[in-house]
This record gives sequence, C-alpha cells and structure tokens, in this order.
Amino acid sequence: MKSLRLYAILYLIFLYAPIALLPIFAFNDGTVIAFPLKGFTLEWFKELLTIPALHAAVLNSLIIAVSSALIATCLGICAARAGTRFAFPGKKGILGLIMLPLVLPEIIVAVSLLVVLLQLGLPLGSWTVVLGHVLMCTPFSIAILNSAFQSLDVSLEEAAIDLGETRWSSFRLITLPLVMPGIISSLLIAFTISLDEFIIAFFLTGTNPTLPVYIWGQLRFPQKIPVIMALGTILVLASVILLAIAEYFRRRGVARTGQADAGGFL
Amino acid sequence: MIASETGSGAIPMIKLKINIKIKAWPRLGRSEAAQGYFLVAPPFLYALLLLAAPLAAIVLFSFWTQDYLTLDTTLTLKNYREALSDPLYGELLLRSLVISLAVTAATVLTAFPIAYFISFSVPPSRKSMWIFLITIPFWSSYLMRVFLWKVILGYNGVLNTTLTGLGIIDEPLSFILYNANAVVITLAHAYAPFAILPIYVALEKIDRSLLEASRDLGESRVMTFLRVTLPLAMPGVVAAVLIVFIPTIGDYVTPRLVGGPNGLMIANMIQTQFLKLNNAPMGAALAVLAMAMVTAVSLVFLFLNRRYLKGQK
Repeated sequence: MKSLRLYAILYLIFLYAPIALLPIFAFNDGTVIAFPLKGFTLEWFKELLTIPALHAAVLNSLIIAVSSALIATCLGICAARAGTRFAFPGKKGILGLIMLPLVLPEIIVAVSLLVVLLQLGLPLGSWTVVLGHVLMCTPFSIAILNSAFQSLDVSLEEAAIDLGETRWSSFRLITLPLVMPGIISSLLIAFTISLDEFIIAFFLTGTNPTLPVYIWGQLRFPQKIPVIMALGTILVLASVILLAIAEYFRRRGVARTGQADAGGFL
Repeated sequence: MIASETGSGAIPMIKLKINIKIKAWPRLGRSEAAQGYFLVAPPFLYALLLLAAPLAAIVLFSFWTQDYLTLDTTLTLKNYREALSDPLYGELLLRSLVISLAVTAATVLTAFPIAYFISFSVPPSRKSMWIFLITIPFWSSYLMRVFLWKVILGYNGVLNTTLTGLGIIDEPLSFILYNANAVVITLAHAYAPFAILPIYVALEKIDRSLLEASRDLGESRVMTFLRVTLPLAMPGVVAAVLIVFIPTIGDYVTPRLVGGPNGLMIANMIQTQFLKLNNAPMGAALAVLAMAMVTAVSLVFLFLNRRYLKGQK
C-alpha cells in the first residue's frame, strides 16, 4: 500500500506538471521558454491589457459561454427530470442520442454541423458556435443534474400535490429549490467547457474568433509565447475558481438532499 | 396573390393543430409516458436536428464529389476508393488507430492503480478531495495543456534544456521529440480523469465482504485481486477504454502541436480537406471511415468482454 501511495503522488505530479509551468514562465523575464529563469517581471500581464483583438475575443467567448451554459442547462433540466422521474418507451435510445457527444470525437460534431450550415447557406458566426457548444455541454449538464434529481424524494412532491399545489407550483416550490445547487453547478461547468472549447469554435466561428481560436493563432509566433503563458495563467486560475464554486454547490446539494457524498463530477 | 392564398390556408391549419393539442393534453397529461416525452422533447429535438441530422448529412456528403467550388451530387464511391487506395490516407488512418490504441492502453493501465488507491486506501472522508484533485487539471484549458506539453517535450523544451543543463544528456532526447510518442504522452495526460473516474466508480460498487470471503477461503491477496476485484471492476475498465479510445481518434490539436510531420492524425487531414483544399466530400468520407473503424474496434472489444458485462445495465 505504501508503494501505491507513492505511485499516486507521482501521478499527481504528472497531472499537475504542465500547469505548474504556466505561472513560472508567465512571470519569467525572458522570451525563451526554458530553464534557467531570468528574473521576475509583470510585463507579460501588462501587455495583455494592450491587445484589442484579445479583448474582443474574450468578450465574444464570454457571450458564447453564457448563452451555451444557459441553453444547455435548460435542456439538461428537461432531460434529467424526464430520465429520473418518468418511465417511457424508447427512453434509453433517446437519452443515448442526447449523451452521444460525450464520446463522439469533437471534430466529427464540428464538420457535420459545418456541412449542414454551409449547405443551408447560413452565415457562420457566434450563434453557430453556441449551437455546437450546447450540444457538447448538455451531456455534462445532464450528468450533474441526474444526480441532483435522483437524490430527490418523490414523496415530497406528491405530498405538495396532495396538499393542493398544482404540478407546476409543486415543481417550483419544492423540486426547484432542492435541485438548485445542481443547476448552479451545471451552469458553471457548462460555462467552463464552452469557454475552453477549441475545435468546434475553430470550425464554426465566423470573423470573430473566440478566445481559444485567438490563442491558437498566436501559438505560431514564438515571441508571443510569454504573453500566452500569462493569459493561460489567468485562464487556469479562473477555471479553478469556477470549479471550486461548482464543487461547493454540488456538495451543498448533496448535503441538502441528505445522501452520502460519492464525490466528483462526470 | 399566391402568397396570400397559401397564407390564409396555413392559418386554419395551425389553429386546428392547437385545438388538437389543447384537447389532447389533459388526457395525455395524466399518463406518465406522455409527461416523460413532453419533458424530454426539447433536448431530444435539439439532438435530432443538430446531431443526428448533421451526422446523416455527412454520410450522404461522403458519397458526393466536389471540384473546387462546384458540388456534384451524384452518388458515387469515388471518395472511398480514393481514401482506401491512396497510401497517404491509408497510412494516416492506420496511424490514428495505432496511436489511439496506444493512448488507451497507456491511460487505462496507469489510471487503474490510481482508481484502486482512491477506492481502497484513501479514508472515505478524503475520497472526494482526491477525485477533485484529479479532475482539476482536466478543467483547465485543453489548448494550453497541449501547448505546455510542447513546451516541456520540445527541442528547446523544459525537459531537454534541464537535462542538458545538468549534464545528464548531450543532445535532446529524440524518442519524445515531435513524434507519435509525444502525442501518446500528451493525450494520456489529457484523458486521465476520463479513465480514472469510471474505474473508480466500478471499484466503489464492489461489496467488500466478497474480498474478505475470498481471503477467508484461503486465496492469496494477488489471487483475490485477479479473481474477484478485477472481474468486478471490468465494467468500469471497459467504460474507461471506450471513453478514451473513441474521442482520441479525432484529436486535432495534439498531433498538430507535438506530433511533428510523422505524428499527424486523421483529424488533421479532415481539417485540411474541409478548410484548405475545399474538398468537403473527401473530408466527410475520411470522417466516416474513421468513425467506422472506431466503431468496429469498439464492438469487437465489447464482444470480447461480454461475460464481464452480463447482468449489468
């Protein structure tokens, strides 16, 4: 068991090694990404403030991520509630199709959407990226919301209906507050996925690049790399904060419905 | 004139539909199945229109041909013949398959001990912290992570400059320099949580008293693991294999950044066909072939493991 623990620690180092390099080189006063380090600087972070194309990409990505998160979570609520509460013929197949993007290579989703959009003569733009991102985010929303809805005691809702509430008001007054932590955590996860997603955005974006597409364009220029490291540091930090908040809400949801914590997303 | 006529014709039609709905709902509303269908309809229609239909379209598209900007919609197998006869495409498809298999093997084999450790050695109160620790790197920007591997493994990369600086090696390590090995390392890192989580869930489900029974009946630790733990964990392992293997075949970023010329995969060619060569039908055919290949391998794998999956679902 000792050796297993050692292995686990080495594995964690392997998992965190790339990310640990980000801040090291983001604050390094040298354009070449290599050891030994040159000195401490904030210049790369300052430079981030002076690039209008970057700011436009960030704004674009934020709009896309918020829209995708909202739509995906709404669709996720429908699917998770239908999947956990009701039995109907063909349920497995229907939910299987909805969950399919989880295992489908993203490039397949991207090119198939691209073909259809171009054939229909629709212009590419932020909205086409949202269409693709909702497809990718919904399975994750469903996975999170499933556990929120599953832990729900049906008798609470039935009691509300017996006491004279309508189906809708019992959902609004009883179910919704109980699954709210799950909803918030689903929104945050979907937002993070959409913000980071590259392939679909790469194929479906029009003239306004999203943040990952912008970064991809910059990776070709070696002199831009320290700035990208600074940007990456901020992105990773933002992801970790969002994730920690999502995890907090997920745990609160688990505690609220009184089940044992099985741990983790996915 | 014609427009107004069709317009006036359409309105009663819509009214009729609404009437039917209003009348039908209270009766249907009581049935559980109808409520389920009503709720699942929005995500289902979304997936049908934006996933199933485009996937069908791409299969259709792969039987068309394109000459610069003119699209010929006569159905033909020309793209498939070309894809299977041109050694360039064949090599890319085969290499993608080999890399995906290598990534899957590396990821699942290294992930299993971690999942086992968390499930069996970590006290229950700290389990969710470990799972959280493992998932964090996965949620940071994928593009940045792949790029960082390039920074680590590259010619002037962190690993090589450090090792040369320390005098351990004289010239950069060539076996991880812009080739398929670098792709495997990077993807094994990217898909780690996808492999760990399903195996962990399967291990958590194992009734611990079965292990005690096996030990009490005289089996050694190793034999207990091989004959009780491993077979019971197989559903998780199978899920991990599929969830790593299927998406990796379509990876675009990693081969492009760390693969070098000999580490490129089929997704890079699909992208070139679609966005650079303006030959979408050929790209579609390659996408269909890649998917067919993945599906075939997955089905064989599922068939080989069928005895572990019985009684599941």
